[in-house]
Amino acid sequence: MDLDVAILSRIQFAFTVSFHIIFPSITIGLATLIAIWEGMWLKTHNPYYLQLAKFWIKPFAITFGMGVVSGIVLSYEFGTNFSKFSEMTGAILGPLMAYEVLTAFFMEAGFLGVMLFGWQRVGRKLHFFATLVVMTGTWISAFWIIVANSWMQTPAGYKIIDGKFEVESWMAVIFNPSMPYRFTHMLMASFITATFVVAGICAYYLLKKQHIPFAKKGLSMCMWFALVLTPMQAWIGDMHGLNVQHHQPTKLAAMEGIWPAEEENVPLLLFAMPNMETESNDYEVGIPNLGSLILTHSWDGAVQGLKAVPPEDRPNVPLVFWSFRVMVGIGFGMIGIAFLALLLRRKGRLFENKPFLALVTLFTPMGVIAVLAGWYVVEIGRQPWIVYNLVRTSEIVSPLPPERVLFTLIVFVIIYTLLLGVYIYFMRKLIKKGPPSMKALEQQLIGMKAPGYALAWVKLLQNKKVQNKEGEK
Amino acid sequence: MDLAFFYFLVLGFAIFMYVLLDGFDLGIGILYPWFHQDGERDHLMRSISHVWDGNETWLVFGGVILFAAFPAAYGDILSIFYLPIMLMLFALIFRGVAFEYRFKSDTSRPYWDLAFSSGSAIAAFCQGLLLGSLVQGVPALTSNLGTNSLSSLHWLTPFSILTGFSVMAGYALLAACYLFMKSRGRIQQHAAYLGKRLLIITVLAMVAVSLWTVINETEIRERWFSGYNFLLLSPLPILSLVAAAFVWKDLHSHTDYEDHSNESRPFWAAASLFLLGFAGLVVGLFPYLIPRQLTFMEAASPDSSLLFLLPGVCIFVPLICAYTFWGYRVFAGKVEDYQEGY
Repeated sequence: MDLDVAILSRIQFAFTVSFHIIFPSITIGLATLIAIWEGMWLKTHNPYYLQLAKFWIKPFAITFGMGVVSGIVLSYEFGTNFSKFSEMTGAILGPLMAYEVLTAFFMEAGFLGVMLFGWQRVGRKLHFFATLVVMTGTWISAFWIIVANSWMQTPAGYKIIDGKFEVESWMAVIFNPSMPYRFTHMLMASFITATFVVAGICAYYLLKKQHIPFAKKGLSMCMWFALVLTPMQAWIGDMHGLNVQHHQPTKLAAMEGIWPAEEENVPLLLFAMPNMETESNDYEVGIPNLGSLILTHSWDGAVQGLKAVPPEDRPNVPLVFWSFRVMVGIGFGMIGIAFLALLLRRKGRLFENKPFLALVTLFTPMGVIAVLAGWYVVEIGRQPWIVYNLVRTSEIVSPLPPERVLFTLIVFVIIYTLLLGVYIYFMRKLIKKGPPSMKALEQQLIGMKAPGYALAWVKLLQNKKVQNKEGEK
Repeated sequence: MDLAFFYFLVLGFAIFMYVLLDGFDLGIGILYPWFHQDGERDHLMRSISHVWDGNETWLVFGGVILFAAFPAAYGDILSIFYLPIMLMLFALIFRGVAFEYRFKSDTSRPYWDLAFSSGSAIAAFCQGLLLGSLVQGVPALTSNLGTNSLSSLHWLTPFSILTGFSVMAGYALLAACYLFMKSRGRIQQHAAYLGKRLLIITVLAMVAVSLWTVINETEIRERWFSGYNFLLLSPLPILSLVAAAFVWKDLHSHTDYEDHSNESRPFWAAASLFLLGFAGLVVGLFPYLIPRQLTFMEAASPDSSLLFLLPGVCIFVPLICAYTFWGYRVFAGKVEDYQEGY
């Protein structure tokens, strides 16, 4: 069997990066929510905020841990599998990622220890500060990595010398044309993902009639957040789409399934099977002219289609087309839920309506799925280019023996499948266990700098030896 | 100062910080099988659970500094050592997730213990293997004849296996000294006992590796022994022995349970031993990033990139050191004193 190292390396990268993005897209938003709860607790002394923060910090910790270990892999994969790419673009992407590590990773890691384990080691305000720093760290790291990705989508501020990229203007590199849209879109996506994770679990508790005051508080807050965030995200997404249309017209054509080199009166396709052989769509169902209206903000605006470029310069159209529909579909589902929540709230039935609670529970992982689908649109849509219109992905792969890449790919698939199973298992376990009781929270003496008498490690206290030691003190 | 040389120093600093910090932290995993009584493993894990993440960040930092400042070396080194690097990453994944899952597990705890300790040991071994094969040099990068440097198994030699085990022993020594500092009673005594044995193994391994390189690598031999070089470089081996003697003395004479002032000394002495060994290595390899093939000057990024990163490095590296230090201070003292969780 003939193995192609380029394909294998790309599958491996796609697989490992997809696995990785699951976790940051939750932690960026969850860190923000935890910071909000902790801040509200400090301000209002309402213990339910503390309970929310203390409960969600555990799923946050395991999610963050998964993000760290899967992220280290990525920072090395550029070199191991795409050595020519790193040599060509190292002068541009290297410093951007170095700034990510310097300004974000260390900060997150340095203050995470205090955030997770320091409740009884530092004062309340200092602990809150640590939480804020971790939150800011997650935002900053998102910023730099989006800068790097956006530069590959819409390269700017560079010159090419001896086949290698050099920087002419760092401002142009960092604030490249697609960066502001992609960054806000991704940050919002993370907030929304975390909001729906929290809302979903709270709705689950309400369905099961467990931890009711805690769940009510969480669900109510999250539905308010969703009401603000989801319509805003649709608006940002629309602007991002227009930006794509301007800078990466082929990607946009694939997203919308537009084949003719230039098409007026573009319909909005609800269903279609884009066929790359016949260069047309099968089973097309669409709303006439709505595509033109959305994309050009005029009734019969013209849009560049896929046939404007030769077949070898087109991405995999069905994948991009369907990923885009999955993302948008989930997005509108979320908007629907947010408005439904408003309606039920006004009727006073937000916490009782079982079908609604079941729907919200069902939407727990939907944010993650939408983020993945969105990134497939971005990344597959950029193909066959690695740096848009400048460098082809097929040209920059390390000439490794294919069987070695196949081997590591298989190991990654096994390990990551296992890890995802373990992650879900422990998330379920934490959810089943539920939030810490109010009594336990009171006994923890949070922020008192109290040495040694914490009760959080329940298991540790079951250990008789340690108990004896405590007694001796 | 020359920009490329500055980044060479930054890279060296990043690698040393990684080796020191993740060294003791991987070492805890290597020592794991020798601690099996009730609660001992909880203690070991808890001694590092708040710092492992930050420690591993130095590995990422080393990687991206190489990527940013010396992209040619980054691409070459990483693709040449594809399999050992991937193996190291797999191992790091297992030990990393063990921190989170172990404390939340009931029945699966033995598996997380295994994941933690074997992951740590394998990661340490791979790092030693990489070090050894880098010192030995890699097959010509541009050779089109027969053995391509990407497809041969040149990194698997008796020497690289020796360096693999040496690094494991060294990390375990750091960990024993760290535990000695962070524990009381039985665990502390046991750490001292293990530390002394590991010190002997580490010193013997350092001597063996040094002799082996000096005998087999002509360039490194000339660097050390031509002219007055050896006289100038002699402080390195001499101070190493002094550092080793300090470690031994403090671990060996520790019987006084009232006096805790000396308990951090072995760790710092062992860290100095590492620093000296690392300096000796750099002396032998300078100015190459890939021995005999690629110097740091050749691999360096254009000035526009190095200058852009300069303020970041100058401002943030000291800042990072400061808050890392603060983080360690928050959890200063013995592990038993901060056993609360989150």
